Amino acid sequence: MTEIKTAEELNKKYLREGMWPTIFCNGCGNGVVLEYTFWALEELGWDMDKVVFVSGIGCSSRLPGYINADGLHTTHGRALAFATGIKAANPDLNVIVFTGDGDCAGIGGNHFIHAARRNIDMTVIMINNFIYGMTGGQLAPTTPFGSIATTAPYGNIEHPFDICNLAKALGANYVARWTVTHPYQPIKSLKRALQKKGFSLVEFLAPCPTAYGRRNKLGDIKKLWKWYEDHTILLEDYERIMSYGSEEEKEAMKDMFPIGVFQDIDKPGFFEEYQKLVARLMGKNNKKTAEAKVVIKK
Amino acid sequence: MRYKRDPKKIREVLGDKVQFVLGDMACVYGGILAGCSFFGGYPITPASEVAEGMARLLPRVGGTYIQMEDEIGSIAAVIGASWGGAKAMTATSGPGFSLMMENYGFAVMTETPCVIVNIQRTGPSTGQPTLGAQGDMMQARWGTHGDFEAIALAPSNVQECLDFTIEAFNLSEKYRNPVCVMADGEIGHLRERITIPDEKDLKIINRVEATIDKEKFIPFGVSQTRKSKVPDFPVFGTGYHTYVTGLTHNEKGFPATDKQKDHEKLVKRITSKISDDIDKIVKVEETHLDDADIAFVTYGASARPAETAMELARKKGVKVGMLRLKIVWPFPEKVIYKLGKKVDKIIVPEMNLGQIVHPVKEAVSGNCEVVSAPKIGGEMHLPHELLPYLGVK
Amino acid sequence: MIVVNEDWCKGCNLCIERCPVNALEESDTINRRGVRPPRLKEVNECNCCRLCELVCPDFAITVIPEEKKKDVKKPLLRSPVGGINR
Repeated sequence: MTEIKTAEELNKKYLREGMWPTIFCNGCGNGVVLEYTFWALEELGWDMDKVVFVSGIGCSSRLPGYINADGLHTTHGRALAFATGIKAANPDLNVIVFTGDGDCAGIGGNHFIHAARRNIDMTVIMINNFIYGMTGGQLAPTTPFGSIATTAPYGNIEHPFDICNLAKALGANYVARWTVTHPYQPIKSLKRALQKKGFSLVEFLAPCPTAYGRRNKLGDIKKLWKWYEDHTILLEDYERIMSYGSEEEKEAMKDMFPIGVFQDIDKPGFFEEYQKLVARLMGKNNKKTAEAKVVIKK
Repeated sequence: MRYKRDPKKIREVLGDKVQFVLGDMACVYGGILAGCSFFGGYPITPASEVAEGMARLLPRVGGTYIQMEDEIGSIAAVIGASWGGAKAMTATSGPGFSLMMENYGFAVMTETPCVIVNIQRTGPSTGQPTLGAQGDMMQARWGTHGDFEAIALAPSNVQECLDFTIEAFNLSEKYRNPVCVMADGEIGHLRERITIPDEKDLKIINRVEATIDKEKFIPFGVSQTRKSKVPDFPVFGTGYHTYVTGLTHNEKGFPATDKQKDHEKLVKRITSKISDDIDKIVKVEETHLDDADIAFVTYGASARPAETAMELARKKGVKVGMLRLKIVWPFPEKVIYKLGKKVDKIIVPEMNLGQIVHPVKEAVSGNCEVVSAPKIGGEMHLPHELLPYLGVK
Repeated sequence: MIVVNEDWCKGCNLCIERCPVNALEESDTINRRGVRPPRLKEVNECNCCRLCELVCPDFAITVIPEEKKKDVKKPLLRSPVGGINR
């Protein structure tokens, strides 16, 4: 944390004139994620002309509208495919994707899997509020078992999705999950994710008091934020208890969400490999002939 | 770093000036000649050869080829690449075209230039993958939801596949709208002789990029530097900090979803930028129309048997002419209206159950008889099948 | 000391909850949204840890360290549904 910048100075540099205040409900975690992103960008000192924000549809995907940089607000679930195209056209741009749990893991699941598999050079900030917030509170792929939603009025009978483990299995370069309740680890983690080459995923567990909290008896903002603090546990502690703990400790772990850095490796990104291919084909002045195999004889 | 079009390198990679190639490959050549530097593809019969050709040739000129995970991803990546500053295209067939419709609408709303090549095959659904048809013509006009104007071209031979792809890029860059090249399986999988045009014979139009002062720039209104309803294009990375969204937006790009006036202004500008220029866009080819009593109005692959039928009928003394639509959408209403007043009967042969015959009837306004000559099942019309429509035994 | 942009505050009270030394409380004024923005208590132990500034979802609170007490300009009035009142 540098001493020079206060929130007011941050506002002037990064927020888009005329779009504030936000549409988010009070107590929403989205504004806090935006704040953390700004602090991370400020510490890195990037040129905002070369940063592009892409998003899908949903509450979390409204964030690029508030940022004073190029932004692309695309169709539901397809943000990662659009981001691949932008990066392909100009690999010098830094692409950051804001997306939600339904947008990324529901309708956009296929694009997420392949962007992570290809190790496309971008940072995906996925804001997970366990619900489809913008449309009023329908069931999402990440809603915990037994929760109430408008399309699961008697309790959810499906099991939720662990996106970080999927990204880890696909070989993404950086995978981490944090909550919005504590500021310091997420900002450091975001800095690392932004600087990393290849695909980085940072998932934020953000509270949604209006859609998720209200229906599941966690409606009070104070109570909901406390619930997030109490039900998350650092990954190292979680693994230690699962390996060596007693049976009752393991039972207590069932309700907890492990947070922390899941994976941090350095595989070459897609465009790095592609540039090598292009250099190989263009440089040697290939003796490969062009397409015509049949020569027209007059 | 953005792609720079190098004419010498392109010609070196494309090879001989006169070649014998597939229709699909001619689309590839046309794209590369026009300066395409991104292709997002997905395999589908009969358009897989376009993707394969692009995978072979694009890296050699410095472009990027990515095989996406599905057609939706392909068109999304194409639109993203266009905002990144590249000329981008994709190729697909019927089922993929249906999948692309949502993002096609996004490209219309955000005024993104891109080219979609649709090598049509019989439908609906999986149909006959290896046989051609012309059943997507109405979908090219009305496929996505909402109000919009479409531009679609229909090549009839392999040389036109090349020329029309270049023309498609020019139109899409000029009007900032997605453009479809509606070939079909017959032309796509046909091999014919083509000639690669010289650089001096080529006309390439590029988008007008924004260069004015960043404080004064208005991204989604009429152009501030020339007299046009098409605004200048603020490429990502040049410092304009544009917010591009598919929601209804005002001239600065900010969402205005609760304002009737903003939506009306936006959609009317987007549609009128093309409909005001119909006379400049329309392209037709007229044959033997000076003294004709009966005329064929045709496009794409059905023009070939119609031409032969016309010659056969002329030999028997029946005065037949042909009007071939090179650009099918926007529809050339004035040209068809004039034709309807001149001849007694118009026949519209199509490889579908009658799609373009409806706008023809509308344009003719009852001045002459309009008859549809449909044929489905994947086979082109045979010339002698068209002769009974002309009254020839 | 802290500066609160009163029209941006949505009254979620997270800053008040988060303060480790309980230095904040709700003020008596009601802003345009009908909520009470926070203010420092009369007797407080604020040590400029800046947790309130980091956790505010609306960028409404700024911490100014004691040495740098500069002229605080009156913030622009913004209407509750967004945009600037002209």
